[in-house]
Amino acid sequence: MAKSAPPPPTPTHASYDVIKVRNDFPILAREVHGKPLVYLDSAASAQKPRQVIDAVARVYGHDYANVHRGAYYLSETATAAFEAARGKVAAFLNAPSVKEVVFTKGATEAINLVAATWGRRFVQAGDEIVLTALEHHSNIVPWQLLREATGCVLKVVPVSADGSVDIGAFAKIIGPKTKLVAVAHVSNVLGTILPVREIADLAHAAGAKVLLDGCQGVVHEHVDVQALGCDFYVFSGHKLYGPTGIGVLWATTELLHAMPPYQGGGDMIDTVTFAKTTWAPPPAKFEAGTPPIAAAIGLGAAIDYLNSLDRTLVAAHEDALLRYAMTALAQVPGVRLIGTARAKTAVQSFVMAGAHPHDIATVLDRSGVSVRAGHHCAQPLMDALGVPATTRASFALYNTMAEVDALVTALRRAQDVLL
Amino acid sequence: MNRAAPLSDDLRVLYQDLILDHGRSPRNFRVVEHHTCKAQGNNPMCGDRVNVTARVSPAGLLEDIAFEGKGCAISVASASMMSEALAGKFVPDAHLLYATVHALCTGKIDADQAKAAVPASMAESVDKLASLSGVRQFPVRVKCATLAWHALISCLDGQSQTTTEK
Repeated sequence: MAKSAPPPPTPTHASYDVIKVRNDFPILAREVHGKPLVYLDSAASAQKPRQVIDAVARVYGHDYANVHRGAYYLSETATAAFEAARGKVAAFLNAPSVKEVVFTKGATEAINLVAATWGRRFVQAGDEIVLTALEHHSNIVPWQLLREATGCVLKVVPVSADGSVDIGAFAKIIGPKTKLVAVAHVSNVLGTILPVREIADLAHAAGAKVLLDGCQGVVHEHVDVQALGCDFYVFSGHKLYGPTGIGVLWATTELLHAMPPYQGGGDMIDTVTFAKTTWAPPPAKFEAGTPPIAAAIGLGAAIDYLNSLDRTLVAAHEDALLRYAMTALAQVPGVRLIGTARAKTAVQSFVMAGAHPHDIATVLDRSGVSVRAGHHCAQPLMDALGVPATTRASFALYNTMAEVDALVTALRRAQDVLL
Repeated sequence: MNRAAPLSDDLRVLYQDLILDHGRSPRNFRVVEHHTCKAQGNNPMCGDRVNVTARVSPAGLLEDIAFEGKGCAISVASASMMSEALAGKFVPDAHLLYATVHALCTGKIDADQAKAAVPASMAESVDKLASLSGVRQFPVRVKCATLAWHALISCLDGQSQTTTEK
C-alpha cells in the first residue's frame, strides 16, 4: 500500500502562524468519532473564530434592540453597530459607497433579488443571459425562473477538461443580445478562478451587465469590485467565517436606483398611504422587514478578523496547502484530480476508481476527516465532466499540512475498506 | 496525530463483503423487457439515481424486476439484493419486505425479528438484506439503503397505469 510516501510538506511562510489562527477557532479542538476533527469542508461553510462567536453573543447579551426604529439608547447603538458592519463590507469590497451594500440572507437570496427586480424590469423575451457550465445551482435556477417569466434565453459557456473557462469561449457567446453575464468568481467545485475582468470587459463592450457569484471568491481572493469591473457582486457571510443568515448584494448606485423593490414591508418605504407608497433610497429599499441584525454584526466581526491577519500570507498558506494536497492526492493509486486549472484556489475535487464519493466520505468521517461528497449543487458541471459526483476537500486559513496528510491516510484506509 | 488506529467495527459491518460484492457486481442491472411499471428514485442530496422496472402479471406476480442507475455501494447493493429477493414474489410480498428492510435500516428491528416477520420462503432473502442494517450507525446513509425500495413502491403503486415514462 504505502509504496511511495508523498514529498515532505512544502513549508508555508514562516511568519504565518497557523497554530495561533487555529486557536481562534474553538471547534477545531473537538474530536469526531474519537479522532481529532480534520475539517476540510470550508467551501460549504467555514468554521467561526471566537471573535465572531463573541460578537454575536455580545449583541444578544448586551447591545440588542431593533434597528432603524427606536429613539432610545439601545436601538441607536444596535443601529450604529449594524450600519458599521455595512461599512466594513463596503471597505472590504472597495465599494465606492456604503449605500451600495444590500444585506440579504445569503448569496442565494442576493441572486434571486437581482433576477426578480432588475431581471423582471429590464430583461425581455429573446434577451440572452450568459452563464458557465460550472455554476452553482443558485446561479442557474433564478435565471431559469426569469426565463419562465420573460422568455429570455440562457446561454452556457463550456468548461475545459482541466476545469478552466477559456475567455475565447465567452467571446463566442457574448453578443448584441446579451443582457447579463452571471458567473462564479471562483468555482465551488473546481477552485477555478475565472478571468472575471476580461469577462466584464467583453460583456460591457456588448452592452451587458455582469454579476459575479463571489461565494468562494471573496474568501480566497482580494476583491475590489471597482477593479473587477462588475455590476453586481454577491456573497454569503457563513463562507467568510461569519454567521449564517447574512449575505451581501453589492451593486452600483445607478442600478440600485433603477431596480424596483424586492419585497414590500417595513424599513423599505419612504411614505405609505393606501393610495401610493414611495420607496426608501437604497439599500433600505431592498431590506424589507427586520434584518438579521446580530448576523450582520457578526459578519462585520469576521471581516475585522480577516483584516487582523496578513491576507497575503493567508493566501500563500492556502495556496501551499492546495499544491501539497494536489501532489499528495495524485499519488494515491486510482485517484484522479478534478479541476487542475492553472489559476485556482484551495478547493480540490477528485474521484477514486472503484469507490463512490459517498462511501469515501463515510469512511473518511470515521477518521475524523470531514469532506463533501456529491454534486456540490452543480449537477450540470458533473454532467459536463462526465462524473456522477466527486469528493471535495476544501482548505481554509486554519488548515494544516498535517491535515492534508490525514486526508491521504484516510483515503488509503477507505481503499482498504471499499476495494 | 495518531492515524494508525484500526478501522472501526461499524465501518466493517457497513461495508461487509456481501454489500461490496453487490455494489461492485450488481445483479439484474438492466431494464426489464416489456415492463409494466417503472419509477425513478432520486436522492437530491447527492444526485444518486436509480430506475426500477418490473413486469407484474395480472395476478400480481413479479415476473421480473431490475434496476439501473448511478449510486454509492450501499444504494446499488440494496437495489441489487432487492431485485434478487423479489423476483417470483407477489406484490404484497414486496410491500412486506419493504417495510421489513426499512425497519432493519432504521434500527427498529434486528435480523431475527425481521426473519420472524416474513414467510419462511423469504427468510433467506432477509438474511442477506439484514446486511444493510449496518446503516443504522450512519443515519445519513439510511436514504441510500432505501432509495431503490422507495422507487419500487412508487413503481408498483403506479402499475395500474402500466408503463409511465416518467
